[in-house]
Amino acid sequence: MKALSTRHLLGIKDLTENDIQLIFETADNFKEVINRPIKKVPSLRDITVANLFFESSTRTRVSFELAERRLSADIVNFTASSSSVSKGETLLDTVNNILAMKVDMVVMRHPAPGACAFLSRHIPANIINAGDGTHEHPTQALLDAYSIRERLGDVAGKKIAIIGDILHSRVALSNVFCLQKLGAHVRVCGPPTLIPKHYAALGVEVSHNVRQTLEWCDVANVLRIQLERQDIRYFPSLREYHQYFGITRQMLDALQRDIVVMHPGPINRGVELTSDVADSRQSIILQQVENGVAIRMAVLYLLAAERT
Amino acid sequence: MNTTKGKLLLSGERFRLTLERLCHQVLEDWEGFANACLVGIQPRGVPLADRIYQRLSALTGRSDIPYGRLDITFYRDDFRLRETPLAPYPNEMNFLISGQKVLLIDDVLYTGRTIQAALAALQHYGRPERVELMTLVDRRFNRHLPIQADYVGLAVDALDEAYVKVHWQETHGQDEILFFEKR
Repeated sequence: MKALSTRHLLGIKDLTENDIQLIFETADNFKEVINRPIKKVPSLRDITVANLFFESSTRTRVSFELAERRLSADIVNFTASSSSVSKGETLLDTVNNILAMKVDMVVMRHPAPGACAFLSRHIPANIINAGDGTHEHPTQALLDAYSIRERLGDVAGKKIAIIGDILHSRVALSNVFCLQKLGAHVRVCGPPTLIPKHYAALGVEVSHNVRQTLEWCDVANVLRIQLERQDIRYFPSLREYHQYFGITRQMLDALQRDIVVMHPGPINRGVELTSDVADSRQSIILQQVENGVAIRMAVLYLLAAERT
Repeated sequence: MNTTKGKLLLSGERFRLTLERLCHQVLEDWEGFANACLVGIQPRGVPLADRIYQRLSALTGRSDIPYGRLDITFYRDDFRLRETPLAPYPNEMNFLISGQKVLLIDDVLYTGRTIQAALAALQHYGRPERVELMTLVDRRFNRHLPIQADYVGLAVDALDEAYVKVHWQETHGQDEILFFEKR
């Protein structure tokens, strides 16, 4: 069997198309595992994984933890708020201390872009990026593309729109890399203040018109407005944002065909999506969450398979 | 001996008779096939298990014999010892084996490690009444674990370097067991 071309998952940018396909094929098997009566296999029984979350997270942390447990790995959990980070310890010191306790893999979320890449140059464990600032969130992009593949059969040739706060979104950047590698057409859509100029250089279309984008696309991946990262005001009010860029039932009903609606969560209901869109049959938001566990199991399994 | 082609150990009518004998042995020992199920080990045990399933269904006149295909990739003990990760195969087990007799089927019994992994994987589907093992080929002198087959098509005594391969009509054009002196 093929192996991954990398020993860390720092970002989708470093992966090849073959890597992504290998992760998807492996995830197919794990999806079967997590639907069994007993959802656990012993593959990673000799591996210890440290989950280092220097930034708040519910879905990703729980999803990784479940994936690790279902592969029988031992787990160490660490959240910045309850640790020595608040006492002034550096990232490298924190991690080295944890590694001294013989940890094989590190899953890390950190507010600084590049934190995982930095770590990978200094410590011997396999590193999985669970989100580094506004840079990348590779497992989210993988599970998004996997969910599209599951719903539409293939990703290649499909038109995917990423709508919302592109500027602050690591999900957007990872999604663009991942979808492009798989041969999809990608368009980003949002207010001009929330789409960085350099996105045009990535080879994606840029639009500021949601209605027209919805007519164009097969899949709309809607992102949250990340108010906690916004140091200045990028738009007048949430109400105005919703009126110009929020997606409603009426907008979907006005289209000639069914499009697929995705959201990486957490949803701000009534801002980027109304509730009747989020809970509709066109939405695959909860399938994304289910697939997240299978994708993370596949990534952990393939990275841990490295010969010791 | 032609090392590229391999030496023919079993084919044609004798091959068919061997499968027939295996089926009748099971039926004799298990007094029919009541409260019992078949489990083929992915990938190479499945062609044999398919045949045994067809013959047992015909011989017993039943069409409801539970038959599963078990993938053992995630249960193997050589994870992290190989150059590349092992490719998993589809796992199709849509019944529980609690209280049932399980006939576990693989093509070649060699070190016994595959069977050990399969037994670990089977535990997830309940507590069977008993598990018996059927293999088409038993390489008796190469075991790493204390595991023996209950139903054996052909016993082959060979050195560790040797390699035994089973070909199937469906995939290779004919049913045959081939012996290679070197891998």
